Amino acid sequence: MSADARASAAEPLVELRRLTCGYRSSETPALVDVDLVIHPGQFTGVVGPSGCGKTTLLRAVTGSVVPAAGSVVRRRGLRVAYVPQVETVNWSFPVTVVECVLMARTGRVLPWPSRAERAEVAAVLDRLGLGDLASRHIRELSGGQQQRMFVARALFQRPQLLLLDEPTSGVDVRTRHEVLHLLDELNGDGLAIVLTTHDLNGIAAHLPHLVCLNRRVLGAGPPLDVLTPEVLERTYGATMDVLEHGGMPIVVDQYQPSNVVRMRRASGS
Amino acid sequence: MSELLRPFEFEFFRNGLIVATVAGALCGLIGVYVVLKGMSYIGHGLSHAIFGGFAASALLGVNFLLGAGVWGVASALMVNGVTRRRVIGADAAIGVITTASFALGLALFAVFGRAGRSFDAALFGSILGVSTADVWAVAAVAVFAGVVVFFAYRALLFTTFDPEVAQVSGVATGRYDAMLMLVLALSIVATMRVLGVTLIAATLVIPATVARMLTNSFGRMLGLATGIGALCGFVGMNLSYHLDVQSGPTIVLVGATLFAGVFAATGARGLGRVAAFDDHPAPAGVSLPGKVLHGG
Repeated sequence: MSADARASAAEPLVELRRLTCGYRSSETPALVDVDLVIHPGQFTGVVGPSGCGKTTLLRAVTGSVVPAAGSVVRRRGLRVAYVPQVETVNWSFPVTVVECVLMARTGRVLPWPSRAERAEVAAVLDRLGLGDLASRHIRELSGGQQQRMFVARALFQRPQLLLLDEPTSGVDVRTRHEVLHLLDELNGDGLAIVLTTHDLNGIAAHLPHLVCLNRRVLGAGPPLDVLTPEVLERTYGATMDVLEHGGMPIVVDQYQPSNVVRMRRASGS
Repeated sequence: MSELLRPFEFEFFRNGLIVATVAGALCGLIGVYVVLKGMSYIGHGLSHAIFGGFAASALLGVNFLLGAGVWGVASALMVNGVTRRRVIGADAAIGVITTASFALGLALFAVFGRAGRSFDAALFGSILGVSTADVWAVAAVAVFAGVVVFFAYRALLFTTFDPEVAQVSGVATGRYDAMLMLVLALSIVATMRVLGVTLIAATLVIPATVARMLTNSFGRMLGLATGIGALCGFVGMNLSYHLDVQSGPTIVLVGATLFAGVFAATGARGLGRVAAFDDHPAPAGVSLPGKVLHGG
């Protein structure tokens, strides 16, 4: 590897420096003084309560947010691909799986795919286990397949950085495992990944690196360092206990009489 | 048979037939985006707004295509701007702008009293008085729309299906939304003489809806809607002559009959696909987060 190549491999993909930003509709900024560096091959999960700025953080990484203070520095020519929450998609829209994947590459002048593109889409779909479903309508897919189709669309953009907004919200346990394994595999190939999640035990605890966010970054590092009662209380404003199971942290609500909602009194249990 | 072919001897009928067929195809093509983006109401409002421009240009003695065209594009850009602002409900804003413009057109005609055949024709469409210039105008708009859809196929599809992700992926979604509005406005101006402002919305919506019942593929839906629109225009214009009914209503009724036929043939399967039109997240250019649409 030449010195130049080494230097560019070490150069971060994206760097947020003391970023403060918000939306015109709201007085309070969505993010305050956020520092975040994303290196090639990094795998980071962003956790925090609803409305803490997770999605805004992803948008900042894509460059679609205007900083009120601080800066967002993106590597020149960086290719970022974004996987939306499956709940936000209009599943009745008339597109087949292959049409959905192809739409992402808008550079081509002609509507139909070139021979090379056709081969590439087939390879991507095969890799994600969707090879036989290419001509299906998107609504005919299961929840896990829908998620993988959007990952396929993202991969078709040949990204260096993959962003996923709540990739496992609304899916069952098996699909969640499927998605995690897939992302791990892609990360193993060198793809940098940043995802947001509200699932501390099912997703966050499995990731190599976490950022706890509540408008500010309240903790960053490996799960065992970050998922602590102190950091979690500052992030969520609620007291939680952290247990350990098989070397992994497990976050549970702290047992306090005031935290327990007695709803079972009528059933006599 | 000879009775069926007889109108082809007249130049005005041949012109009218060409305009109706091309207009049907054009509205069918653009209608796919109108329907999928949830812009039907915008199409309806815009056609009414353009009536104001039609009245003004008739009174000022300006060329109708020029006057209504400028007026239409201005209204389209205003509607596009309002829908992106999100301060008031987009539908309310469109209602105000376009209905006011329509009312202005009616008032101008009432005060200056030049109502008559051209007034009726603008409202309901007419086979009469379609000039060679109209043929060229609708052909030019159709070519322009075709070129836009062809060369921006993927970007338009991405913007229509998934505007947020398209924007993040570097697609200039605002520009494509504005482009669609422009094409829509030009299509309405070029076709209003044959279709009539009160009926254009139906020619935008019906072919796309019928096509949607027949396919799940976007590419095929574009082709089908264009073909269905052309067919309705062609058959409707012939009926208009033979039944002596304005061309707008006959074209729309042919479309409605086709809709009923396809609906009966595809049954619940087709309807299930169309039910989806109510699911689109928001009107043009507006995206609302968190719409849950699990069809399952």
